[in-house]
Amino acid sequence: MTDDNPLLNKAIRDFLAEAEEIVEHLGSELADLADSAGNGDINPDLLNSIFRGAHSLKGLAGMFGFAGVSELSHYMENLLDRLRLGKLRLDTEVIAVLFESHDVLLSLVRRLSEGESDAADDKISSCAARINACLEEKTRDAACPSPLEKLGLSEQVMKSLTEYEEHRLLENLSKGKYIYSVHATLDLATFDQDLARISDAIKTCGEIISTLPCMSSDPETSIDFDILAGSALVFQEFLPAIQHDNVTLTLLSDGEKTPAPAGPNAAGATSAESGSPTPVESPATPIAQSPVPDSPAAGAPPVSAKSISRTVRVDIGKLDELMNIVGELVLAHSSIAALAQRMRNERFSQMAVELGKSAKVLERKLNDLQKGVMDIRMIPVGQLYDKMSRIVRTISREQGKKVELRFYGADTELDKLIVEDISDPMMHIIRNAIDHGIESPDKRVAAGKDEKGVIKISSYQKGNHVVIEVEDDGGGIDVEKVKERAQQKGLVQNPGAVSDKEALEFIFLPGFSTTDQVSEVSGRGVGMDVVRNNIAAISGMVDIETAQGLGTRFIITLPITLAIIKSLIISCAGRTYALPVTSVLESLILTGGDIKTVERREVIQLRDNTLPLLRLEDFLCLNRPSHRPDEFYAVVVGVAEKRLGIVVDDLLGQQDIVIKSLGEGFRRFPGIAGAADLGDQRTILVLDVGGMINDTMRSGS
Amino acid sequence: MNRKTILITDDSTALRAMLVSIIESLGDFRVVEAANGFDALRLLPREHVDLIFTDINMPDINGLELISYLRNNPNYQHIPVIILTTEGSQSDIEKGRLLGANEYIVKPCNCSDLKNIIVKYLD
Repeated sequence: MTDDNPLLNKAIRDFLAEAEEIVEHLGSELADLADSAGNGDINPDLLNSIFRGAHSLKGLAGMFGFAGVSELSHYMENLLDRLRLGKLRLDTEVIAVLFESHDVLLSLVRRLSEGESDAADDKISSCAARINACLEEKTRDAACPSPLEKLGLSEQVMKSLTEYEEHRLLENLSKGKYIYSVHATLDLATFDQDLARISDAIKTCGEIISTLPCMSSDPETSIDFDILAGSALVFQEFLPAIQHDNVTLTLLSDGEKTPAPAGPNAAGATSAESGSPTPVESPATPIAQSPVPDSPAAGAPPVSAKSISRTVRVDIGKLDELMNIVGELVLAHSSIAALAQRMRNERFSQMAVELGKSAKVLERKLNDLQKGVMDIRMIPVGQLYDKMSRIVRTISREQGKKVELRFYGADTELDKLIVEDISDPMMHIIRNAIDHGIESPDKRVAAGKDEKGVIKISSYQKGNHVVIEVEDDGGGIDVEKVKERAQQKGLVQNPGAVSDKEALEFIFLPGFSTTDQVSEVSGRGVGMDVVRNNIAAISGMVDIETAQGLGTRFIITLPITLAIIKSLIISCAGRTYALPVTSVLESLILTGGDIKTVERREVIQLRDNTLPLLRLEDFLCLNRPSHRPDEFYAVVVGVAEKRLGIVVDDLLGQQDIVIKSLGEGFRRFPGIAGAADLGDQRTILVLDVGGMINDTMRSGS
Repeated sequence: MNRKTILITDDSTALRAMLVSIIESLGDFRVVEAANGFDALRLLPREHVDLIFTDINMPDINGLELISYLRNNPNYQHIPVIILTTEGSQSDIEKGRLLGANEYIVKPCNCSDLKNIIVKYLD
């Protein structure tokens, strides 16, 4: 079905987006399932939701002709179907097979989104074989005589139970739960909210088995629902939970293991009605009162066509485009404001004042617009957490270690692109923490710790940055070993002279690892140097703190957004550059006499600290056509705990800029974040403070 | 000319988009969509629907429950209902037929399946 029909191409993009969403959701649900299976308490809703995920994916992929995804999800669906119908026990092998299949599924969807085919391969057939093995070996026959007739369910309800719902009903009966029928008569205008409220109330004290809509006595204004629920609560306890007008509760089973015969009119069946004293069996008009205060006036057709979901999926490219336009508007505004200023300076007139005022109003609205567009790009860091928890479960299972993940600050917001770019480096840090940090359970017990290791991931906003910390309570990094290794590699002569903090910097050097650190797992990953580079590429920084025997903490400091930033415009050797204001702490006027040299590096004394200097002309290899000015500036920049003074000739002012990428060719150029248009037909380079600090620290050590 | 309206009830957005594009390419039809049984129930009083496609496995109100409601409501009794489902749920399909669904199509379905159904029930 893939031809040149643009509608279909759009449909395929929709498919990929949805498939990816389903697969990722499936991953976190599988992880939850594995957890709950460990505790021996499996949530039927969770299992059913996983089944439905695989089921939707199968149908979806089948419709689009993606055979690989469809085939694999079909096998998974089979397995999950047996599980949810109680025909197969959820043991570790089954969980492992599900995880493996999910991984393959994820890679297939990734391949599709890169335009490759998802044709059947070994991985799919190996998953299929393992799934079939589970199905053959362990399928136990759920041959139980149906006690359902004894519930006295109406024919209509019985007929519309799916196989799964029937299974849930039996399961509830076999566990000795009471089965209730909740009958509700709801106003057509507000039935969805009302029903949701009733459903939520029931879920607090039991399980909803099915929800059957049926004809009310007045189909023009109201609709009835028959909800079948299972609960451990007796009638008198269950009743208060569903206090709602027009709701009738009936007990269908008496909760014994083998339900006694109970016809619809048997003594066990009790009927009660809460809220209103009038019988509600046949209300001519619904007795009033939707609890929703803003319910529309009677008579008007109040039914809403709105879908329940209030979100829109937008291509990030469109947001970038929008951001560019906002950026250009900001520039256009600057030139109008400058023009107004000039008119006032040259020949004061009322019109110039008016123009200045209008420009101010425009500026405020532009700020709002800019903030609005930025907000759209922001997503909570929590989305990242879901991915991480899956990884942690996979690795800790592989390594036979027990790891508990704790998340803090899931609603801290970051630019969507930054969240995407930070996920790989974070994954590597976490992989390292489990691989090298957390000790094996017996070692931990021997050290007097809980056998379960803890990894804490927390994020919070700090000024114009977001900080993400990954902290483990493992063995920590052996700093002495790092120093030893550095000496072997010829990085230092005298390890005793190196401070612990400096020693930790070695970990970020390419190809650096202590002998103890090598294992099968780290072999397939990337080095910490790549982690640092990847973080630096989005103008972020990473720091390590460690305490031997207690654990290690990685601190990642990131800008909130890369799209539009306030910048300080500077000049050096006749050229103009922009520095992001978010990293600028202060600026100082210096003369040549202020600069001292310590260990062949230029520094100045700034209050109680020594501040290393970087001459921009040296860093960028600029030719200076004239002499240095006698008086010049040092811009003190800082990211995380690191500080650096950048020596420049002049400060030209502050301006909002939109950073544009220089393209792949210049991607690896350290210290340059991109280019920006200043609005007067001049394009300048934007300096990347994080990259410059990293580069200086590295050449220093 | 009186355009016919087709309702698609399925919880997959992409699948609905796909069906919409196919159905619209088959003729001058108006297609309305519902993401679940709820949406369908809300939409039916406002729309004159001539043909309904519904999935069975949906959260909250499932396809069988939707069919049961439609068949018991004099306003909707006459609307042809086609079950749209994946193979492997034979007993659910059978129940759907008993409840009064006119036909079923197994996903993945192709253009000609859909076309045959639409021609059969709307011409």
